[in-house]
Amino acid sequence: MSRSSKKGPYVHYSLYEKIDKLNESGDRKVIRVFKRASMIAPEFIGHNFEVYNGKKWYPVFVTEDLVGHRFGEFAPTRNFRSHMKDERKGKR
Amino acid sequence: MARIQGVELPANKRAEIGLTYIFGVGLHTARRILEAANIDPDVRIKDLTLDQEGQIRDAIESLGLLLEGDLRKEVTLNIKRLVEINCYRGIRHRRGLPVRGQRTHTNARGRKGPRKQAVAGKKRPGKK
Repeated sequence: MSRSSKKGPYVHYSLYEKIDKLNESGDRKVIRVFKRASMIAPEFIGHNFEVYNGKKWYPVFVTEDLVGHRFGEFAPTRNFRSHMKDERKGKR
Repeated sequence: MARIQGVELPANKRAEIGLTYIFGVGLHTARRILEAANIDPDVRIKDLTLDQEGQIRDAIESLGLLLEGDLRKEVTLNIKRLVEINCYRGIRHRRGLPVRGQRTHTNARGRKGPRKQAVAGKKRPGKK
């Protein structure tokens, strides 16, 4: 079931705090997030983030298209290596 | 035989059903269209008068439905967007795997296509 619209989108408050500060000073700094379930708010456009997947930080530059998605969608937690034995496929 | 939204030529079915041959029209939408056009859903498509055909077209127009080519285009654009922003759903589309969290251990044949036979014991299975 989807989230009740009465509550509004889930965006973690700490991210707002950080972004507000950056927007005020006009700074552009990479922000590291663990809040994978947090939505990307319109205020975040143009900022650089790094999203943790439990092991690595994945760089995410927020564009308009990403608004409404969640941070976790951009940092996959599983890494599938092919079952094929020979012919190493250098594919991703 | 009526031609609505380009190439649709439904047969001698009831109007209600015939309209569902249009991509983007299911039973529900078909009924809405017919209600807006003020046509009995039980008449056969072949028995529709030209006036009624016009009414159906007007009804589709006035309901502001997105059908056929336009709808297909929108769907592909949506998928393309997901692929381009490199999000999880986009990756699943790219790989041709189920997008909405279904299991892939078994099943998922609709997305993965026919089973690929594992070639046992062969040193060099020919490339596909």
